[in-house]
Amino acid sequence: MNAFKLWYHKLGSPPYFYLFAGYIRPWLWAIALLLTAVGLYGGLVLAPPDYQQGDAFRIIYVHVPAAWMSLFIYGVMAVSAFIAVIWKPKMAEVLAMESAPIGAAFTLIALVTGSLWGKPTWGTYWTWDARLTSELVLLFIYLGVIGLYHAFENPRQGARAASFLAIIGAVNLPIVHYSVVWWNTLHQGTTVRYFGPSDIVPSMLWPLLVMTIATKFYYGASLMDRSRVALLSLERGKDWVSEVVRTERADG
Amino acid sequence: MDKFLAMGGYAAYVWPAYAVFFAVLAGNVIATALRRRRVLRELRGRLQRQGARRPRVSA
Repeated sequence: MNAFKLWYHKLGSPPYFYLFAGYIRPWLWAIALLLTAVGLYGGLVLAPPDYQQGDAFRIIYVHVPAAWMSLFIYGVMAVSAFIAVIWKPKMAEVLAMESAPIGAAFTLIALVTGSLWGKPTWGTYWTWDARLTSELVLLFIYLGVIGLYHAFENPRQGARAASFLAIIGAVNLPIVHYSVVWWNTLHQGTTVRYFGPSDIVPSMLWPLLVMTIATKFYYGASLMDRSRVALLSLERGKDWVSEVVRTERADG
Repeated sequence: MDKFLAMGGYAAYVWPAYAVFFAVLAGNVIATALRRRRVLRELRGRLQRQGARRPRVSA
């Protein structure tokens, strides 16, 4: 077995994952905070006001990264849920279930900041158009996954049921993503492209990309912290957990 | 500075959007920290009860 495969299998073991997550979490938090500071300075101070929207466009630096994360985290959750349902490793269940609240948080941010952006640019806080409605449905699916997980006495049964829901709910992802193409919506289409030129000048674009990477690191950091707590709770009674509890500081 | 805070007249939309972004993300971090404290307290109590079950010389 090669070194990478060995490492991958070790990560599937809760005590090893707990240690590994504890080791990388300060780095993830540091990078997330640093990039957020740089992105905010670039977005709020350095980027020029938009020629049509004035300074209202600056909401883009929190709205778009949050909206992208709402889909990205769902994707990670659905893949983990799929692995959890097929091969039943405990770590995949934990990662899927602990991703859900972070994804729901970003979905809520995308909806609220979008609403605050809609008022000055569209003249309304809310409209039932395809992009907004499908993003709201995404929030409800996240809440459904979280609720179903907690509805079971046995967390592993709950994780299994919630994983099924997460997999089924993934049909909403392409609907959210392509809603601006498939339907006539008030929401604007794609501005930033991976391939081909983006419809945004570099001085406005780079803070957006920095904030996008910052939110990825935030997700990673929060997922490590959440998974560590979940593992302590799920593996209670095991020797490694007792060892952790004995060595942790009282306020830990 | 006042000009910056005014956000070209859009302060009422820009700043609440940033506030929501940070409040929700901070809320997630705080919720996790509280949960960690609660779980550790539970587990510590559990360990102590297990320790108490072992035979001891009574005072």
